[in-house]
Amino acid sequence: MKLYTRPLYAPDTSIGKPRDPSMTTTATTPKFVARDVKVYYGDKPALHGIDIDILDKSVTAFIGPSGCGKSTFLRCLNRMNDTIPSARVDGTILLDGEDLNDRKVDPVVLRARVGMVFQKPNPFPKTIYENVAYGPKIHGLATSKEEMDHIVESSLKKASLWNEVSDRLHQQGTGLSGGQQQRLVIARAIAVGPEVILMDEPCSALDPIATAKIEELIDELRQQFCIVIVTHSMAQAARVSQKTAFFHLGNLVEVGNTEDIFTNPKDQRTQDYITGRFG
Amino acid sequence: MNPHTVKTYGEELDQLSAEVILMGGLAEAQVADAVEAVARRDVALAQSVIQRDQRLDELEKDIERKAIRLIALRQPMASDLRKTVSAMKIATSLERTGDLAKNIAKRSLVISESEPMSGLTRSIERMGKLVSSRLRDVLDAYKGSKLDIAQAVWSSDTEVDEHYNAMFRELLTYMMGDPRTISACTHVLFMAKNLERIGDHATNMAEHIHYEVTGEDYMNERPKLTTMEP
Repeated sequence: MKLYTRPLYAPDTSIGKPRDPSMTTTATTPKFVARDVKVYYGDKPALHGIDIDILDKSVTAFIGPSGCGKSTFLRCLNRMNDTIPSARVDGTILLDGEDLNDRKVDPVVLRARVGMVFQKPNPFPKTIYENVAYGPKIHGLATSKEEMDHIVESSLKKASLWNEVSDRLHQQGTGLSGGQQQRLVIARAIAVGPEVILMDEPCSALDPIATAKIEELIDELRQQFCIVIVTHSMAQAARVSQKTAFFHLGNLVEVGNTEDIFTNPKDQRTQDYITGRFG
Repeated sequence: MNPHTVKTYGEELDQLSAEVILMGGLAEAQVADAVEAVARRDVALAQSVIQRDQRLDELEKDIERKAIRLIALRQPMASDLRKTVSAMKIATSLERTGDLAKNIAKRSLVISESEPMSGLTRSIERMGKLVSSRLRDVLDAYKGSKLDIAQAVWSSDTEVDEHYNAMFRELLTYMMGDPRTISACTHVLFMAKNLERIGDHATNMAEHIHYEVTGEDYMNERPKLTTMEP
């Protein structure tokens, strides 16, 4: 099935089951295969050729000092760099075997399949219900009010927010606490039936309890989605991810099982970074 | 390796290793003195060994406290984590080594009241020297992160086992020859067993050093004599 023809939403939302049996993948199938990915901002190279496989149904954490290219690479995965006029991307990134930089790929469709959550929660200045219903509405995923209600409810449930907001769905989303807003944004991303969720420092604006709730949510979501998270907190990367990739000065220095990276990294630069020895 | 960006963190890790080295030196002296007390029938020395054991217990507790504090407050990663964990484990081995030395000293007090058995105590002395040298080597390996020395200690454990087996047979002959020596001989047998256990601790520590330096466990089976006597 081609990327640009694939239906975005199948109404079967039963939790824990793959939506489309033909798309069933095992934990060892790479969702993304990136080869020699280079990004330039104007003349300035930001990534010097990244090769990485990102597994489905698991959490991959990108770590590295500021300016190392981890967010730039994350943004390649749903073509967010298209929005930066000076940015140029070379190399190939395959999503389920299809080149996502192909001219035929509609970035809007791609971003529905590859959702994104940012550092600061950014709900629309609308009600909680409208925030979640917005994506399904513009993508025409619901044919009736009942169907839309169902999408909103199941998305909020998957984002572990339903119990806290079910009695005030028509109040403003911006009135929620920071942690709730972040989960609302995750529900909004889930509502359009994505396969991948990219998270760019999703907890850095949250307190420890809200952070723990998001981390618990990430752990649940990885049963269904491929999750890629950029984080400055090494402890968070260690807690939530199965794979960790360390970026430095635009290079992917090392990628491996999270446990190995944090107990016995192979590269001296990884070792120096995670033990706090970068001067 | 580059220094830590947070200097006090690096200092705390260094302090932890320094304390393990200090503890190692004390444990080594305890073993050497306990064996000497046996050889010379030196009651005062034996009592001093018994009394000094408390210091090792205190050091072990202190190292454990410091390591737990580091884990809680600094969340050490990679080589720092391995250093912290191995310090804690080596401290435990050293504390056990101290206990075994103390036990040898206690038994030396008992046998010093019976007839001298110079042949046997000389065997204990020889075995003690061997075990002490293994302890010394393993502590040198720890101090300098020297894998080759740790490896050598690890693979030479059979030598101590052989000594122990020889002593076991020697003691049996003694006891069968003169049943009046059974009580003293049993104490000597336990001393030999204690020394053999100290040798095992040296091997354990060599494994911890290997883990600390490389991040890998030993893949091979530990060398052991298959014909080990009970």
